[in-house]
Amino acid sequence: MKSSKDNKKDLLLDIKNISIEGFSDEIWHPIIKGVNLQLYRGEVLGLIGESGAGKSTLGLAAMGFVRTGCRFTGGSIIFNGKDLTKLSEKKKQQLWGTKLSYVAQSAAAAFNPAHRLINQTIESSLSHKLDTKETLQKDAVQLYKEMQLPNPDQIGERYPHQVSGGQLQRTMTAMAMSSKPDLIIFDEPTTALDVTTQVNVLATIRSIVKEHQTAAIYITHDLAVVAQMADRIQVLRYGDTVEVAKTSQMLKSPKEEYTKSLWAVRSIKKKEQKSKEIILRIENVSASYESGPKVLQDININVPTGRTVAIVGESGSGKSTTARAITGLLPPTQGKVIFQERILPKKLSDRSKEDLRSIQMIYQSPDTSMNPRHTVREIIGRPLSFYHGINKEKNTNKVLELLHMIELDESFVDRLPEELSGGQKQRICIARALAAEPDLIICDEVTSALDQIVQEGILKLLLRLQHELKISYIFITHDIATVKAIADEVVVMHQGLVVEQGSKKDIFNPPHPEYTKLLLSSVPEMDPNWLNKVLEK
Amino acid sequence: MSKLHPIISTLLKRIGLGIISLFFVTLIIFSSVNLLPGDFVESVLGQTRTEESVKIFRKELGLDKPYHVRYVNWLTSAIQGDLGSTFSGRNATYANQPQQNTARSVSSLLKPRLFNTFFLAAMTAIIAIPLSLILGITAALFRNSIYDRTVNASALTTISMPEFFVAYILIIYLASINQFFPSLSNVTSSTPFFERIYLSVLPALTLTLVTVAHMMRMTRASIINLLSSPYIEMARLKGISKTQVIIKHALPNAWAPIANIIAFNLAYLIVGVVVVEVVFVYPGIGQLMVDSVIKRDIPVVQGCALVFAVTYILLNLIADVISIITNPRLLYPK
Amino acid sequence: MTKANIQYSAKAEVSNLYIRRSFYEKAIINLKKAPVTAWIGMIIVTFYFFVATFAPLLAPYGEAEIFKVPYAPWDSVHIFGTDRLGRDIFSRLIYGARNTMGIALITTFLAFLIGVGLGLLSAILSGWVDQILARFVDILMAIPSLIFALMLLSIFGSTALNLILIIAVLDSTRVFRLSRAVGMNIVVMEYVEAAKLRGEKIGWIMSKEILPNILPPLVAEFGLRFCYVFLMIASLSFLGVGIQPPTADWGSMVRETAELIQFAAYDMTAALTPILPAAAIGILTIGVNFVVDWFLYLTSGLKDEIK
Repeated sequence: MKSSKDNKKDLLLDIKNISIEGFSDEIWHPIIKGVNLQLYRGEVLGLIGESGAGKSTLGLAAMGFVRTGCRFTGGSIIFNGKDLTKLSEKKKQQLWGTKLSYVAQSAAAAFNPAHRLINQTIESSLSHKLDTKETLQKDAVQLYKEMQLPNPDQIGERYPHQVSGGQLQRTMTAMAMSSKPDLIIFDEPTTALDVTTQVNVLATIRSIVKEHQTAAIYITHDLAVVAQMADRIQVLRYGDTVEVAKTSQMLKSPKEEYTKSLWAVRSIKKKEQKSKEIILRIENVSASYESGPKVLQDININVPTGRTVAIVGESGSGKSTTARAITGLLPPTQGKVIFQERILPKKLSDRSKEDLRSIQMIYQSPDTSMNPRHTVREIIGRPLSFYHGINKEKNTNKVLELLHMIELDESFVDRLPEELSGGQKQRICIARALAAEPDLIICDEVTSALDQIVQEGILKLLLRLQHELKISYIFITHDIATVKAIADEVVVMHQGLVVEQGSKKDIFNPPHPEYTKLLLSSVPEMDPNWLNKVLEK
Repeated sequence: MSKLHPIISTLLKRIGLGIISLFFVTLIIFSSVNLLPGDFVESVLGQTRTEESVKIFRKELGLDKPYHVRYVNWLTSAIQGDLGSTFSGRNATYANQPQQNTARSVSSLLKPRLFNTFFLAAMTAIIAIPLSLILGITAALFRNSIYDRTVNASALTTISMPEFFVAYILIIYLASINQFFPSLSNVTSSTPFFERIYLSVLPALTLTLVTVAHMMRMTRASIINLLSSPYIEMARLKGISKTQVIIKHALPNAWAPIANIIAFNLAYLIVGVVVVEVVFVYPGIGQLMVDSVIKRDIPVVQGCALVFAVTYILLNLIADVISIITNPRLLYPK
Repeated sequence: MTKANIQYSAKAEVSNLYIRRSFYEKAIINLKKAPVTAWIGMIIVTFYFFVATFAPLLAPYGEAEIFKVPYAPWDSVHIFGTDRLGRDIFSRLIYGARNTMGIALITTFLAFLIGVGLGLLSAILSGWVDQILARFVDILMAIPSLIFALMLLSIFGSTALNLILIIAVLDSTRVFRLSRAVGMNIVVMEYVEAAKLRGEKIGWIMSKEILPNILPPLVAEFGLRFCYVFLMIASLSFLGVGIQPPTADWGSMVRETAELIQFAAYDMTAALTPILPAAAIGILTIGVNFVVDWFLYLTSGLKDEIK
């Protein structure tokens, strides 16, 4: 993979000063602002940036394609000596699916539900008359084998909904490889997958690209993933290049402040502390939705007073359901939730105002957890008047006090959520929880939707508040780095079961139960050799 | 019980649901007669009624039996094609001199008119469906072009017009100033086929204009929705030509929405028939229903409502069946 | 090239480029950008409302005033002639605006009161309340509404009150479906869950959390439903089972003068007499549709801006 250094002169794709605009609200807005990008034959370039950085738009532009409502406004895209911005639709169609291929983020949506996988896999090669149907089908089966799909001979006969997400993503890679293209664009191919599934897909993509000497642009927001896949990394922000460098160099010594900030969260390390008092005890709780299967099976969790318990697991592990069971949104079918030595009523409607006040919740997406029609004053002020009966004048003072506590000031008091940045929104959500003066706050993936540097700010704030106000946290997350940064104790969940609970030190050091081992080893690390090491094991 | 293929079980569920709604709809229509003010028997028979004639009439309506028995009787005879007899034509001498009773059986009134209405609806559908699909699909493909805007604006205008406005405009131009077609569509059972078509041109044209506007707009919207699917973008990025993308990728997934649009608009059509039939004095069910509503001849109103409701439910059922059997997720289960 | 600042400060974080404007300012900006169709629509609607409000001042004669000459031709005394009974068509057209639009407006309001109330209740409570309401509405909707209305009118009789009640109930089924659907999209939002967790009562959740967020689609729907109700009442009146004489109403005016249409070849003005009220109906519907189209475009565009 690192062999691309040898063919440096063999420039495959040369994007020069490209600009793209998108049409919304009656005006054209710039999305890509004069970006340069070079790609050599057989090389993998990682394109990273936060959402809205323009990485998908740039990825599609590398194929000479812009989505409806967007347009090229300048620059050139030279692929194999031809300027794609100047080619006719017909000419581009001849390149697409033969020399240029695309792997989309959501395989489930990108496959046509009405056709068998094999037909979709060979469709582009067949329509461009690259070979006979029989040969192409044979090649496809061979590719399925290389992608380590189960039953490679028969799987092509299936329809998209009949195979799993990970398999579909691999089939799509096989589809992109079918015409033996010079360049493949991978647009966040593993983002929709669970971490444990992601490892295998990453490994197969990497080996097949290497095997066929295909050049690739790998788009992702995950630095650890791009470290495994790419020879070089280009960092984008606000539609502009921040920094380009070889992977190893970029990881070791990033030049730009922004690039450095992407690492930020990894710098917090909290020393774990013990507490003898237990504020919340979950005893033998089971729960299920409607009459479906159990999503929580007989779980036991203890939350020490004034400490942070992190619950980790993949999607579907039951970690969010646990929060719903504690709050009474999903009454447990059996078991007890004991809060401050008192059994809480199972149903939300049976709980007293005091019960509700003392346990507060903060959600993953601050966009959906604040009413877009309420101002900051109303959002923070409502729990004050609702729980504490604080009247109008005092209410404003208290709101300001809370705003200062979360490091914002009075200029925010009359804003609507849409006038706040992501991090500010999440801070307002924290203030809303604090307004109730709770003893326990459940944080459900509170940092997952935020930029790295903002994540760090939020985590630091939460730690400071815990220190000052002695609040206990349940911190639900799928991100191991966040757990390391904030937790005192860790609970690992898998398929509705608690795999283990223990201090941070115990959980992160061997021996591990089978699942914890798999989970910990599946989480990509910054080390470019991480994937190799995992595969060796 | 052995495991059924999911498509069979989904179909059975949908058909079951259809039967349940039919049951409730018949119940509502049957109950309507009981909502009439208490003395309707007397008012129907008029001022010269006798105690005896009232009694006999009550008995004929079955008002002496309990509610559920009456419903079952009504339903079983309705299924056999007997919808009772009309209120009109009855008078006080009814009991004494049966030969003077001019009340007719509802089904004998309905039958020839049912044929006329379906003839008109079929004639409209044959023109309107292909026309609106072509207009809708082309407007979607050439979105925001002048063609699209023109088609859209005229559709919006047509939708905004009451049916009778469209009908009268057509009469003025095609029947009065230029006498191309007759403004009265008085077909009878003995009218020859081509003359029948000639007589029905104006009502059919009115209905076509109104339904095409609706159907075209819905087709356009659903095709645009379909074309924005990620798999359509994927197909384009695979270098498939535009026509191939539409034939191979869009079309197989378009059957279900198109079937629903057609069913929905045919249902709309059978309602639009009412006004149009009155304008052109076309002897169909719609006109009969309006006449009977004015005369408050409830058995006839019930019969007409039943015909309309059953057609409406069946059309929607057929559309759902089509979308079920074209759904690959059900055709090829996991 | 953008240089990021590692000195992190929550206050300094850049939010969406968004200028806070008052409702009035927004309205002015939007009006300036309004397309021609929207302007036409707004002018039509304003004109109709003006005529409806000041009908007695604008009409030369009374609503049911009868003159000696029936079927009088168009002239300076009777601008659009008289009808079969000798009533002034022009005056009846003006009064018709008041009657037809008034009844349609009341009906639509009532339909929304029932539909939105039950729809949101259904969305919030879910479970069996929702199931029963939704199934009930399904059954009501299994009968075409014009047919259902005809049947009910034949039973209860064609009074204005019956007309309003029957059509409002039948039309509320559609409002119910829409408000239930958009309500459900909001109910699953975490801020509604947060309100439930706080212990808020259903009235607060309905009025403060959900309603402000579904207002744009409801307003648009109000326009469309008004058109639908308006056309339905016009059709019923045209059929002779809607608004009853002597009340001036456009639908029944078409019916009363319809026979004049056959004289088109000899006297165009006579043939146009029934067309006038029919056109009055059509033009208002077009106007409302144009405004609604623009409003829908605006509100969906607004969402893009906020993201």
